[in-house]
Amino acid sequence: MKILFPFFMVIALILLVIAGVSGAKMHFLFGVVIPYAALFLFVIGVIYRVTKWAKSPSPFCIPTTCGQQKSLPWIKQNKLENPSSTAGVIGRMALDVLLFRSLFRNQKGELRDGSRFIYGSDKWLWLAGIVFHYTFLIVLLRHIRFFTQTEPFYLHFLETFDGFLEIGIPKLFMTGAILLAAAAYLLLRRFYIPQVRYISLPADYFPLFLIIGIATTGILMRYFLKTDIVAVKELTMGLVTFAPVIPDGIGALFYIHLFLVSALFAYFPFSKLVHMGGIFMSPTRNMTGNSREFYHANPWNYPVKVHTYEEYEEEFRDKMKMAEIPVEKEPIK
Amino acid sequence: MGKFIKKPNDLMQIDYKSPQTDWMDTPADIREHMYLHPTKAKELGAVDFPNIHEWKPADKNWNLPENWKEIVLNGIKERLQKYRSFHVFMDICVRCGACADKCHFYLGTGDPKNMPVLRAELLRSVYRKYFTTGGKIFGKAAGARELTDDVIRELWFYYYQCTECRRCSVFCPYGIDQAEITIIGRELTNLLGLQPGWIGGPVANCFMKGNHLGLEPHTIKSNIEFMLDDIETITGIKIEPTFNRKGAEILFITPSGDLFGMPGVYTAMGYLMLFHELGLDYTWSTYASEGGNFGFFTSNEMAKRLYSKIYSEAKRLGVKWILGGECGHMWRLWHQYQNTWWGPPDFMEAPVSPITGTRFEHASSAKVVHIAEFTADLIKHGRLKLDPSRNDHLKVTWHDSCNTSRGMGIFEEPRYALKNVCNHFYEMPENTIREKTFCCGSGSGINASENMELRMRGGLPRANAVKHVHDIHGVNTLANMCAIDRASLQPLVDYWVPGVQVAGLHELVANALVMKGEKERTTDLRGEPLPQKSAQKSGGKEDAKDV
Amino acid sequence: MYNSGKVIMGIIIFLLFVAFPFYYNIGRVIATPDPSLDTPVINELVEKKCVEPREFMRVEHMTMLNDWKDSAIRDGRRAYINTEGKLFEKSLQNTCMRCHSNKERFCNECHTYVAVKPYCWTCHIEPKEKKL
Repeated sequence: MKILFPFFMVIALILLVIAGVSGAKMHFLFGVVIPYAALFLFVIGVIYRVTKWAKSPSPFCIPTTCGQQKSLPWIKQNKLENPSSTAGVIGRMALDVLLFRSLFRNQKGELRDGSRFIYGSDKWLWLAGIVFHYTFLIVLLRHIRFFTQTEPFYLHFLETFDGFLEIGIPKLFMTGAILLAAAAYLLLRRFYIPQVRYISLPADYFPLFLIIGIATTGILMRYFLKTDIVAVKELTMGLVTFAPVIPDGIGALFYIHLFLVSALFAYFPFSKLVHMGGIFMSPTRNMTGNSREFYHANPWNYPVKVHTYEEYEEEFRDKMKMAEIPVEKEPIK
Repeated sequence: MGKFIKKPNDLMQIDYKSPQTDWMDTPADIREHMYLHPTKAKELGAVDFPNIHEWKPADKNWNLPENWKEIVLNGIKERLQKYRSFHVFMDICVRCGACADKCHFYLGTGDPKNMPVLRAELLRSVYRKYFTTGGKIFGKAAGARELTDDVIRELWFYYYQCTECRRCSVFCPYGIDQAEITIIGRELTNLLGLQPGWIGGPVANCFMKGNHLGLEPHTIKSNIEFMLDDIETITGIKIEPTFNRKGAEILFITPSGDLFGMPGVYTAMGYLMLFHELGLDYTWSTYASEGGNFGFFTSNEMAKRLYSKIYSEAKRLGVKWILGGECGHMWRLWHQYQNTWWGPPDFMEAPVSPITGTRFEHASSAKVVHIAEFTADLIKHGRLKLDPSRNDHLKVTWHDSCNTSRGMGIFEEPRYALKNVCNHFYEMPENTIREKTFCCGSGSGINASENMELRMRGGLPRANAVKHVHDIHGVNTLANMCAIDRASLQPLVDYWVPGVQVAGLHELVANALVMKGEKERTTDLRGEPLPQKSAQKSGGKEDAKDV
Repeated sequence: MYNSGKVIMGIIIFLLFVAFPFYYNIGRVIATPDPSLDTPVINELVEKKCVEPREFMRVEHMTMLNDWKDSAIRDGRRAYINTEGKLFEKSLQNTCMRCHSNKERFCNECHTYVAVKPYCWTCHIEPKEKKL
């Protein structure tokens, strides 16, 4: 149920496009209106989410310290895992955002022979995760050729790198295939690792099915069921120059691809995918661990009821006196 | 309630298989020896917790206040606005599962709701239902669920099966910290009056009497005097510490657990001997007589209330800075919270060691120095005469406490001191120490006796690593610098690894400390005969020449 | 603490990234490709027909050329019989470029538009066209 529901959601989306484009001829809706709406939702939604987080302060300085603190001058501080400066925090964040450093620590804890725990390095999740994200990024950046009249500087470099295997015509871009493989791995581990299966929600399967759908339709269009990309580019250029056109000769496959991408963009801010913005906002990672050296203010700090020394002495004065502990006021004889 | 009689072999039969039913449809099995008993109004005295009432965890009906749902939802809303951590962590988890087998409670119980991700989902599902559009519309398909009293029971049960140790947050790709979520979850149940007694009682004590154990001023003094007698017997030296003395240079604060019960008192004896040997101008306080803070395990506000004593006592006594003893969560709070709550205490001066002249730059705003930092500095400067052979009967390993590891990062200071005061030191496996250290299973206020099965299960990964070095190197001493560790690791290793004793860092320091004018020592601080004496070595070992 | 400055900067960077295609095209001429069939050879054709129908050629010409290359070079099979049964020589220069002698106005027109760089000319000598 948790798996089938999101799967059929994606199938339903695909059928919707087929019906809408091939049947009802609503090309303008699927080619122009929905993409615009999706992008709008994406941008506004992400900004809304980030602003909403930003409205809550970080009242305390709570980095998770994963290395030696800064203390005595002869003890070597771990400036990346327990940073005490902004530069250190930037380094730590860069490691986490760009290289998934924390996930790289991953290890498997297991009870062996019913008597001892073994902790083994387990980097598959890290590998699949980082490959998935980077190939997705490259695929996204490659698509810039549909959105600019003159190609930006990086495109040629990226395509040369991506297609260096020189297989087939049009030449194979590795990232597309690898993206699909990584997404499939992430999906399969949700099926087959019992714990991960147990914690997975429909909301975990849905984006994976969506992305697999996007990658599959993209690959089909490039290598197998080709579409007229000149016409496609006329459509996409129409979108980015705010002069939308619906050229003839674009197959339904393209509209499925575009619609799934739109669905992903629109879904993004309202789902776990906002971890893209959230990772930058995570207080256990983006704060310095030096709150003994520098005062960290809490904007909602408020006075609380305390038990003062005077009240304390009032209660125990005689006992203190008897035990020869100094007091502020002499006891009344 | 029956006595906890399960044997280690029974507890080792851990079933990691998930139930057939979805977790949302599997109610919490609240069973004996796995939970804390509720607090009673009369135990709380002057501390005012909301909605304190009679209830039993095993009962179906917890007599929740009439508007309990409103209280919880308003509580969540307020905390979303107050804590970015909570707000972000409610939204960004992708359920990758990297945290699952990192939790000592999951490893020790096999209960899927002890996977940090699922423990967080218990609350996240409620958040989605009432605070997100997707959850409101799609309900269960979006991972949302109705807030029912079963959900409250489940939250309560599992949020007291989390010791806020932060190990999950080390491995989480986004740094999601279950401790933050547990803290909020406990605040919410606290609002409903579901306060465990083991935590509520010490809080009330600490508020009124200055410390968790409820030691009154004269008792504190007499407890310390007992220790002084023992010290005199062992070393022939008479020590005269001061209490509540105005004009002292340093105020010394340590958890009250060090003043009462084994093996904490040996550590306190260590402090007394060290300070005497240095001729330190310091004072104890009977008012600010608690370094720990069980208030932190109820609500942020209560934690702040209990800690008002520390800086205000420093101000009253006119000390220059504060030296803090060996404690875990105390140091997380002193390092990450205290200054924000009550600081900056500019009436004091940036801490400088009167012995070595070292300025503790890293503590210049909060004015609190950890005793391991202080002692490591002394040893580095060769100011202590040490005879590590006096600890030769001990084969020592080091337990990094969760709070000082992942909420502070004090790793090298205690190790440096330890290596200078004992000759046989062995690290536990790399994946179980430092930032990856395992909890004692009893932190965050769950070190009671009625939940012994939970504690033994939670501490199993730690004990298992101790067993490893015990089997291989014959380790017989588990050293640490945390009062809860000292109290709770002993029963843990007695259960899982018999033959290991638990000791504080400064107990071992004092064993090795050669004091001016001391008589020939024949026993260590515990009265155990000293091993065959080898040639006396001077302090600082190989580092002495650097000075 | 709110760190509003850093959050706003983050949002701006996000916007710059997402909006890149929109502002990048400002001020650049968007020319829809219009491949020219105006060559002497084509003009003389009675029936203006390529080797295969226009729609097929549009999307599949690269695959066809690749197949031609492989079978001609590797197997020496240079005869291509199209769907109408007509015979052509598998040759870029003697077949395709004989009609489409205007690479600049025919091939490049679309290739440039969609930022495709065919590697025909790494082996073949690129025709030098007379500039008008």
